[in-house]
Amino acid sequence: MQRLRTILAITAVRLSIAYSLIFGLVAVIIVMYLTGSTVNIIRRQIQDSINTEVADLATVYERGGINGLMRTLERNAASPGANIYVVADPAGTIIAANILEIESGILNHEMGGPSLWLHAPPGQWCQNLASHGPVVELPNGMRLLVGRDLGDPERFRQVVGRALFLALAAMLALGVATWLVVGRRALKRLDLVSKSTARILAGDHSERLPLSGGGDEFDRLSARLNGMLDRINLLDDGLKQVSDNIAHDLKTPLTRLRNKADAALGEASNVDEMRNALGEVIADTDQIIKTFNALLMISRVESGSAVTGLSPIDITSVVKDVAELYLPVAEDDGFETRVDVEDGLLVTGSRELLAQALSNLVENAIKYGRDPSRTPLLAISARKKANQISICIADNGPGIAEADRERVTERFTRLEKSRTLPGNGLGLSLVRAVAVLHQGSLELSDAKPGLAACIHLPAEGSIA
Amino acid sequence: MRADGNDTPALILSALGQVDDRVEGLRSGGDDYLAKPYAVSELLARIGVLARRRRPDDSETRIVIGDLELDRLSHTVKRAGKNIPLQPREYRLLEYLMRNAGKVVTRTMLLEEVWDYHFDPQTNVIDVHVSRLRGKIDKDFDHQMLQTVRGAGYILRAAQDG
Repeated sequence: MQRLRTILAITAVRLSIAYSLIFGLVAVIIVMYLTGSTVNIIRRQIQDSINTEVADLATVYERGGINGLMRTLERNAASPGANIYVVADPAGTIIAANILEIESGILNHEMGGPSLWLHAPPGQWCQNLASHGPVVELPNGMRLLVGRDLGDPERFRQVVGRALFLALAAMLALGVATWLVVGRRALKRLDLVSKSTARILAGDHSERLPLSGGGDEFDRLSARLNGMLDRINLLDDGLKQVSDNIAHDLKTPLTRLRNKADAALGEASNVDEMRNALGEVIADTDQIIKTFNALLMISRVESGSAVTGLSPIDITSVVKDVAELYLPVAEDDGFETRVDVEDGLLVTGSRELLAQALSNLVENAIKYGRDPSRTPLLAISARKKANQISICIADNGPGIAEADRERVTERFTRLEKSRTLPGNGLGLSLVRAVAVLHQGSLELSDAKPGLAACIHLPAEGSIA
Repeated sequence: MRADGNDTPALILSALGQVDDRVEGLRSGGDDYLAKPYAVSELLARIGVLARRRRPDDSETRIVIGDLELDRLSHTVKRAGKNIPLQPREYRLLEYLMRNAGKVVTRTMLLEEVWDYHFDPQTNVIDVHVSRLRGKIDKDFDHQMLQTVRGAGYILRAAQDG
């Protein structure tokens, strides 16, 4: 019973029940109407044929008298499917008839009067007969009744009625069977899906919704949901990776910090050494705080909450300011520098974020863009092409292998070569997040030699 | 508070450390804004600067610290009467340091006030700029006016202060 109720609760089953009911009702109405019309037509035909016969018999009586009429009637009555004939004298006594009984008074009826019904005794032709026909008064007072067995239209009505009943019964049975099968199938699929979901909820994240392989709507839905689960898993893994990396990357400097403090406590013999050690401890702590700040900044930029409103800014001056800030550093480090910035470039964005992103790129170039075999080069350029402004920071250092270029923009990714240099592996993550926030992109390419890091931004006025 | 003509300097300490929060804090009348968590040395340096700023020398056209002179009208800098040519940014850096002479200014303060950036550079950019400036103003003199304060920042001192 519970199961039946569950099946009835399925939308498809409910709909099909409603459709069946409506369809059945319409079918019944149509069949009833058709049957009624057909019966009427048959009756009218009978009426016409009787009228014709009555006229014929009247003619026969006029010509051949009662004897001629009787002969004709006998002949007619002998033929198969014959009409009913009753002949009576003027007093109402039946002279001849091919039925056994007749209701009294019928033959007294007016000529051509309304239809009347005669009940024939059982066994005459067949059971439950009814006849239909007018009573005709012949010229010498004799009366003649010509009737027709009404069993034909009745039988027709019965046949149609039974067919209709059978059809409806079959339809209902088939319908119920279909609902059961379809409903059970749907329930089974739903049960499988809900079981899988329960397992996923219970913590088995590798579980996927079952596919029947038939490509039906369940499969399509399950495939979609599976895709969603895959994506969630990927994001989840990313998150896990990030937290693992955070834990790892912060453990190292914290350990170093602890060891320094420990060493100072144990080894420092005077106040100056203690001071030096404390200074180092503070510097290390600042570095850790910077890492946290960078992490928070990245998530704020990625979620779009870092800025409340972007406004049109002169990116030319932003690039030049950053260049001015860093060129002395680069030159002190022995870099040859080139700055090639087009004037009057406008973008919609945040000066602060873009400056920070560019700073990160320049710092990367200064830190990692050094190849011992060449004079290091730092090239800063900003150009507008079509509706795109590209700001590129290029160096002639070792570059980044193509396989690693996607990876380095992820949080805490540090390539083997650079592990020994200070840094937190967050710089490019922030640059990418800032570029994306400005509806742009970060592109790392081969500067031949070296690395070219370009931020592509839509020019002011072209942001969709 | 400001509407009543009260000019007591206000330094806002807040856990909301993003640019927008800072801008809002400064626009609504704060003289400075420091986001938590902060280093005590940074807080002390900023309070020192705020206290000093109360003096009317903000609007002076000439700032003189020891034998170092800065003329805000002609944008010229002289030490011991000798003209020192400076780049525009070096001039602003020196002006800020001179206005806060005798006080420790942190690298973050310099980046905010002189460059108007509110992020932490990973490299020693400020040090490089300060050392260049030092090279120009202290190079030929016995007394080094621009001194590094370990773990905190920089301080500009006249000879007699030292």
